[in-house]
Amino acid sequence: MKKLFAWLALVIGLLYFVLPLIGMTRFSLMMRRGELSFDAYVKVFSDPRFQNTFSYSVMMAIVTIIFGIVLVVPTAYWVRLKLPGLRPYIEFVTLLPLVIPAIVIVFGYIRLYNTSSWLPLTGTAFGTDILLMFGYATLALPYMYRAVDTGLRTIDVATLTEAAQSLGAGWTTILARIILPNVLVAVLSGAFLTFAIVIGEFTMAALLNRPAFGPFMQLLGANRAYEPAALAVIAFVITWGCLGLIQLVSRFQKSASRPT
Amino acid sequence: MSSAVSGTKAQSGAGFRLPLHWLGVVPFAAFILLFLILPTMRIVVGAFQNPDGSFTLENIWGLFTPSILAAYWISIRISVASALIGCLVGFAMAAAVVLGGLPKWIRSPLMTFSGVASNFAGVPLAFAFLATLGPVGLLNVLLRSNFGFDLRMLGFNLLSFWGLTITYLFFQIPLMILIITPAIDGLKREWREAAEILGASGFQYWRYVAFPILLPSILGTFALLFANAFGAVATAIALTGSSLSIVPILLFAQIRGDVLGNPHLGYALAFGMIVVTGVANTLYIWLRARSERWLK
Repeated sequence: MKKLFAWLALVIGLLYFVLPLIGMTRFSLMMRRGELSFDAYVKVFSDPRFQNTFSYSVMMAIVTIIFGIVLVVPTAYWVRLKLPGLRPYIEFVTLLPLVIPAIVIVFGYIRLYNTSSWLPLTGTAFGTDILLMFGYATLALPYMYRAVDTGLRTIDVATLTEAAQSLGAGWTTILARIILPNVLVAVLSGAFLTFAIVIGEFTMAALLNRPAFGPFMQLLGANRAYEPAALAVIAFVITWGCLGLIQLVSRFQKSASRPT
Repeated sequence: MSSAVSGTKAQSGAGFRLPLHWLGVVPFAAFILLFLILPTMRIVVGAFQNPDGSFTLENIWGLFTPSILAAYWISIRISVASALIGCLVGFAMAAAVVLGGLPKWIRSPLMTFSGVASNFAGVPLAFAFLATLGPVGLLNVLLRSNFGFDLRMLGFNLLSFWGLTITYLFFQIPLMILIITPAIDGLKREWREAAEILGASGFQYWRYVAFPILLPSILGTFALLFANAFGAVATAIALTGSSLSIVPILLFAQIRGDVLGNPHLGYALAFGMIVVTGVANTLYIWLRARSERWLK
């Protein structure tokens, strides 16, 4: 009896999740009248706007990830090593981007960094890109910080640091060659999640008027019938790929550390 | 930036016992201040200023006009509905997998899928539902060709309260599964056995033991899901354009082109969003701290 209910709950739930996935896949194949084809995909991939916006968003994701690593790894390491009393406060601050909606944050950016302000970032395309990158880094901060902090918990930061110092290593060497390799899996998890977030992000890019993938998808959705479904399938595959890579690297770490 | 960080650290680690440790977090603090705290403060302060820059409550009162109140009301209703249904369905699925005696191998793929689905939000999610529940979507075509009626004849419209709620559930349910599964795992077998030895029925065990223990987790996740739906912009815009006037869409249009005709009313609108999600998240943090007392 209990088992029956359990199966029922699971099957009904899964039906809800599977239907939209089938729906978008079917729709994306229907562009040619009367038969299934990949026409919508061909159309999307050959669209120069797709190529431009997609490569723009990939670039932004990579830059955001690098910036996030440079910002988060030294900070999380330093807090664990020297300022453990600060941890709850830092943790609270890193969760704030989940509390304050992205649209409010970017609204603040527009008002604070407009052309007549003390730091006119929105005045140039490059400045706006920098601002957008900071915005993405803010959105990804909760995931990045938690991933790295969890990674640091599994290693003995103090002993590693002392050992490296007694061998004559400076802080840059310690961070780059001792700490980073030890939390690499955690950093990669954070990086893939950041990639998944940035690649489809809409609100910030649209309001800062940058040619990113998210606003392009929305534009296409407002004007076309079949291409949006193809885009949805592509986006789903990317999200799945990023999350799959996280699973893969953490499994790799488990099997690598088992012999010890 | 990284060289600057390590420069300050080298000083503080050089052996002098000067209290310079805090210098290591300066870059992080500066980033948070410039790109999170100050922008948010600018909005909050702006909500209480008139165009001349002096203090006023007029913008806040301006929120209490019928059209803006209606936008908040429908936003709150959608968020409550999607959070409530998300909690119920997510809990049922998590409980089915953890306690329902289903094969063990189901669990890991379900968790992975939940991770993917909870991140599959925004514009593509709207496309997926348009292709499924839209006028020529999968479900409507299936129903029409097999049963001769479709959802539209039943009065269902994707660009509506229920349409948005059903779409939001696609990321709400997985989030609930991800958060509540560890909590259900934390229910100890000894508690159940102790209750049974004392003569409790299955219903009594759930009513007086398991449910009270899980309640803070469930309520906390409800608050989190509520805030999650309340701040969602991209899905709503891609799904409805601007035909459904919910708060994030209204704010989006206001930032783009001052549709309210008063920039400071825009600040107040954004301030209202911070208040709503802030209250929901405070509840979440408070309830989570309570639930952790039992589930260690």
